[in-house]
Amino acid sequence: MPDINPLIIFLASIATSNMVLSNFLGMCSYLSVSSEYKTASGLGMAVTLVLVLTSALNWAVYTYLIVPLDLVYLQYVIFIIVIAALVQVLEMAMDRYTPDLHAKLGIFLPLITVNCAILGATLFMVIRSYGFVQSVLYGLGSGLGWWLAISMLAAMREKLAKAKLPPGMSGPAISFIITGIMAMAFIGFSGIFTIQ
Amino acid sequence: MNYAAILQTVGSLALISGVLSLLISLAEKVLNNYGVCELDINGGAKKISVQGGASLLSTLAAEKIFLPSACGGKATCGLCKVQVLEGAGPLLPTEEPYIPAEERARHMRLACQIKVKTNMKLVIPEELFNIREFNCQLVAMEDLTYDIKWLKLELPPGERIDFKAGQFVQFYSKPYGKVKEEVFRAYSISSRASEHDHIELLIRLVPGGLLTTYVHTVLKVGDQVRLSGPYGDFYLRGNCDEMVMIAGGSGLAPIRSLVYDVIEKGLDINMRFFFGANTVRDLYYIDEFRQIEKDHPNFTFIPCVATPNPEDNWTGPTGFVTVALKEQVADGNNKEAYLCGSPGMLNACIDILKDKGFTEDRIFFDKF
Repeated sequence: MPDINPLIIFLASIATSNMVLSNFLGMCSYLSVSSEYKTASGLGMAVTLVLVLTSALNWAVYTYLIVPLDLVYLQYVIFIIVIAALVQVLEMAMDRYTPDLHAKLGIFLPLITVNCAILGATLFMVIRSYGFVQSVLYGLGSGLGWWLAISMLAAMREKLAKAKLPPGMSGPAISFIITGIMAMAFIGFSGIFTIQ
Repeated sequence: MNYAAILQTVGSLALISGVLSLLISLAEKVLNNYGVCELDINGGAKKISVQGGASLLSTLAAEKIFLPSACGGKATCGLCKVQVLEGAGPLLPTEEPYIPAEERARHMRLACQIKVKTNMKLVIPEELFNIREFNCQLVAMEDLTYDIKWLKLELPPGERIDFKAGQFVQFYSKPYGKVKEEVFRAYSISSRASEHDHIELLIRLVPGGLLTTYVHTVLKVGDQVRLSGPYGDFYLRGNCDEMVMIAGGSGLAPIRSLVYDVIEKGLDINMRFFFGANTVRDLYYIDEFRQIEKDHPNFTFIPCVATPNPEDNWTGPTGFVTVALKEQVADGNNKEAYLCGSPGMLNACIDILKDKGFTEDRIFFDKF
């Protein structure tokens, strides 16, 4: 377990090690679900929720199952099926107990199963050998960072919908350019704190 | 080969997957068990107790109440709208595109998207209770053109169907070839509303269409076909002196039923039927409509061919139906319009009709 204050990990994963803007993970849904602010924000919320839960669960699975049973070579497969199962159960539980939240996030949950930001966070957590608290806060921070990035992109794309763009620039092209500029801007945070 | 390693890999993956599936099944049993819910329909007129946990559409279907649905519960057709006064929960993002503000205020919902979780209060229009399921037998099938088939389906002995001329049924296919699931699509009834023991349908082969391919290549005379219906608000109103009817391709089906309905009821209404086809080989039922024209002076038949080949010796109107429509319909005074065909053709015709003074409440159409 590295000797880093979990709070620093939390802040760094939002700003300096942002899932989208510095690791370029979860790009698929980031680009395709960012044309409307409201929907993008809903997806961001769902990703955050799932990231926190999967970080905690996969940490336990890794520490108490994968390592003792010597199954490290199978970790990718195991992490993915754990994420898939968790999302299934989570959807049913939300439908039952928080129908309002389910109404907002329900359609995104199945999408999230295959979002690489989720698996990415789990793998980073394992590679950096975080402890439990560090992992959960890393998951939360990564989720909030992803949420922030997609909300910013969506807000800008909503404005850009009415803008006159040069031909060939609309859609994914301008989104990539915006993302690149945002990523450069986020480098500015790296003076405050950095994690590996 | 390291058999022990292979065994360990397969074994541990199987074990983990097994445990997880068990957990999901358990969660489903516990979390998705909403117990027995009571559905109150039309202010207590009908009360049914159902097992909660499934969509309202399928729950009602299991109780033999069929709401119209063309997409099979994927929230892409918006036909299964139903008024839910209580117990539906918040509006879902998947419903939003189909429920405009005015309908939200009336608590309209998509039955395929909402789950039965508690007791619910619903309002279902009386005519929907008339919708039933029929296991019919295909007793005859013929080619009308190179891509349109005529089908005659006989109801089981002792059963009858009551429909208004112009309405449609849903046709269910059986799995075939690479299509592993049942699919269903809507088809207008082309036979007379006065015939209750059978119905006729006209089905055009759509390239790549799952159901039309089934009908055109798999289905044989003598086969059983499952239908449900009748559905739809495209039917004879008859509050006019003249009906302008426009159809393209297999859109002729409901118009044929409408024409016979007016004749059989002996209504004093003039009918003018514009039938659009691309080429002469797309025309069908020409002799039958010519005969009706001879027997009934109040019926005029105007087949239009967009691009006739020289060797066809076509002497009727050429060009799209819109050309003939512009020339032959003077105004919208005391007239009703009935249209059935592709969206492109219908939109063009509706624009012309509006220019001629037809108001929207006098234009009835069935787009496909």
